[in-house]
Amino acid sequence: MLHNLFIGEQADLLARRQLSSVELTQHYLDRIARFNPQLNALITLTAQRALGEAAAADRRRSAGENSPLLGIPLIHKDIFCTDGVRTSCGSRMLDNFVAPYNATVVERLQGAGGVTLAKANMDEFAMGSSNETSYYGPVRNPWDTTRVPGGSSGGSAVVTAARLAAYATGTDTGGSIRQPAALTGVTGLKPTYGRVSRFGMIAFASSLDQAGVFTRSAADAALVLQVMAGFDPKDSTSVDQPVPDYHAALQMPVKGLKIGLLKEFFDGLEPKAAALIQDALALYRKLGAETVEVSLPSLPLSVPTYYVVAPAECSSNLSRFDGVRFGYRCAAPKDLMDLYKRSRGEGFGAEVKRRIMTGTYVLSAGYFDAYYLKAQKARQKIADDFKAAFTQVDLVIGPTTPTPAFAIGAKIDDPVTMYLNDIYTIGANLAGLPGISVPCGYVDSLPMGLQLIGPHFSEGRLLNAAHHYQLQTDWHRHIPRGYES
Amino acid sequence: MIWPYFVPQSLVLQVRVMSLTRQEVEKIAHLARLSITEQEMPVYVTSLSSIVAFVDELSRADVGAVAPMAHPLVGQSQRLRADEVEDTDRHEKYQANAPQVQSGLYVVPRVIE
Repeated sequence: MLHNLFIGEQADLLARRQLSSVELTQHYLDRIARFNPQLNALITLTAQRALGEAAAADRRRSAGENSPLLGIPLIHKDIFCTDGVRTSCGSRMLDNFVAPYNATVVERLQGAGGVTLAKANMDEFAMGSSNETSYYGPVRNPWDTTRVPGGSSGGSAVVTAARLAAYATGTDTGGSIRQPAALTGVTGLKPTYGRVSRFGMIAFASSLDQAGVFTRSAADAALVLQVMAGFDPKDSTSVDQPVPDYHAALQMPVKGLKIGLLKEFFDGLEPKAAALIQDALALYRKLGAETVEVSLPSLPLSVPTYYVVAPAECSSNLSRFDGVRFGYRCAAPKDLMDLYKRSRGEGFGAEVKRRIMTGTYVLSAGYFDAYYLKAQKARQKIADDFKAAFTQVDLVIGPTTPTPAFAIGAKIDDPVTMYLNDIYTIGANLAGLPGISVPCGYVDSLPMGLQLIGPHFSEGRLLNAAHHYQLQTDWHRHIPRGYES
Repeated sequence: MIWPYFVPQSLVLQVRVMSLTRQEVEKIAHLARLSITEQEMPVYVTSLSSIVAFVDELSRADVGAVAPMAHPLVGQSQRLRADEVEDTDRHEKYQANAPQVQSGLYVVPRVIE
């Protein structure tokens, strides 16, 4: 089955001319038509465009070009601007917005010959951990369609898990790649802050946002990151540092690797989930890695810190949506203030409004020192904790989430409970660190993720460690029932 | 089993009871330029109160004398570039997304009487 092949295997068939990109693209389009109605993973389908890009990729192959992503179909999270295609960010505010340019991530993957099938559903403006805040309705988890896929990149995770594309892009501000990857049984990579350009990626919290990728293996993630990563003068926080050969990094041995077991992630963790992580640690020890316990004492401050910093930045970033230059405008405004207030009040959904108001509150006179300044200090403490841990170990390991996918509707009315779902993933964003989640087994028949976090720019090491885990396990090869053929 | 609401208790901070008044929420909504309907208002008063109570733990946390962190990458500074025109005039393409345009200008309700 074509859709069960990894990117490297599909590329081999394309290179040997045993398969054309048009055939592969049509195969995925057929699967989308068949499965997406029950998953609601997509906002905009770009089928005609995709077939055109596939034909162009086939011509490039005929002309002798041979690169791993040439002619491989993907799906972009609808947060990335795509020239000439609606880019909604999951919001009514941008329901009518046709992007006038490409995000750098889109540009780079297109240049490498990627074929864009569609734009994926997501939590509105990437604010959510369950993909229930989308204006276009919740995305459903293919492992159990009564459950959430996680968020905010829920659509991207689901299209990867259900094999509706070879890979998908995502963004991670507090766990929005790693958490849905864990809950849908796929591999999700969040690179170091500044490694991948944020140009053309609709901003939520600019000091935390980072683009990454969903694949079905670490080896595939290495192929995609190779193209996505790199300096971009259009993003003022893009880091001008050479991109290493991630595929070559996969081959390094794990022997001698020092892995830190995060004490705070295990205290009180449900035994079934803890057992999966212990199994993974035992496997790494068998491969010659050393495991030691490390502590991040400030970690309990990470969720409240995040829910000050991220809303503060979001309240500023989302002030651009004013009903004047683009996006939703209310009907018959009576004056300019009415135009602003009703366009924003009607164009944004409940969670986005809640976060804008939280941010406005913590930045307002009299509260700035108590909340925002304090959060920035706590953020430094958390970053210092990680830095100290990385003097003892090469990377740290723990679960991606405390529990598997929860039921749709279970937490949507209780924002604080929903926010606690990000408890294991937020620390890496606050410190700007790369992280990866790989499937590591099941709790109550639902997939769980193993999370690896490393120092800045250690993507090669993380991919390497994840790859060696996947050479010894087959969790990443499992397919949700009903999506096999 | 307490799942799906299970969260490791060691990572959950003691939350103080705090609440925002309706007047405070109305003021925040005004500052944020958001219209909130009568039906929505009580929901926001409750949920924003619980969020503020949750993040209020920070105001009591001892973070010592560390410098506030504004950016995750140490040693990065804002780059400068030569002051040269790079973009071409694409206002027609950009304004195709605008709700109301006239002669290349964005139209809004009258501001000055």
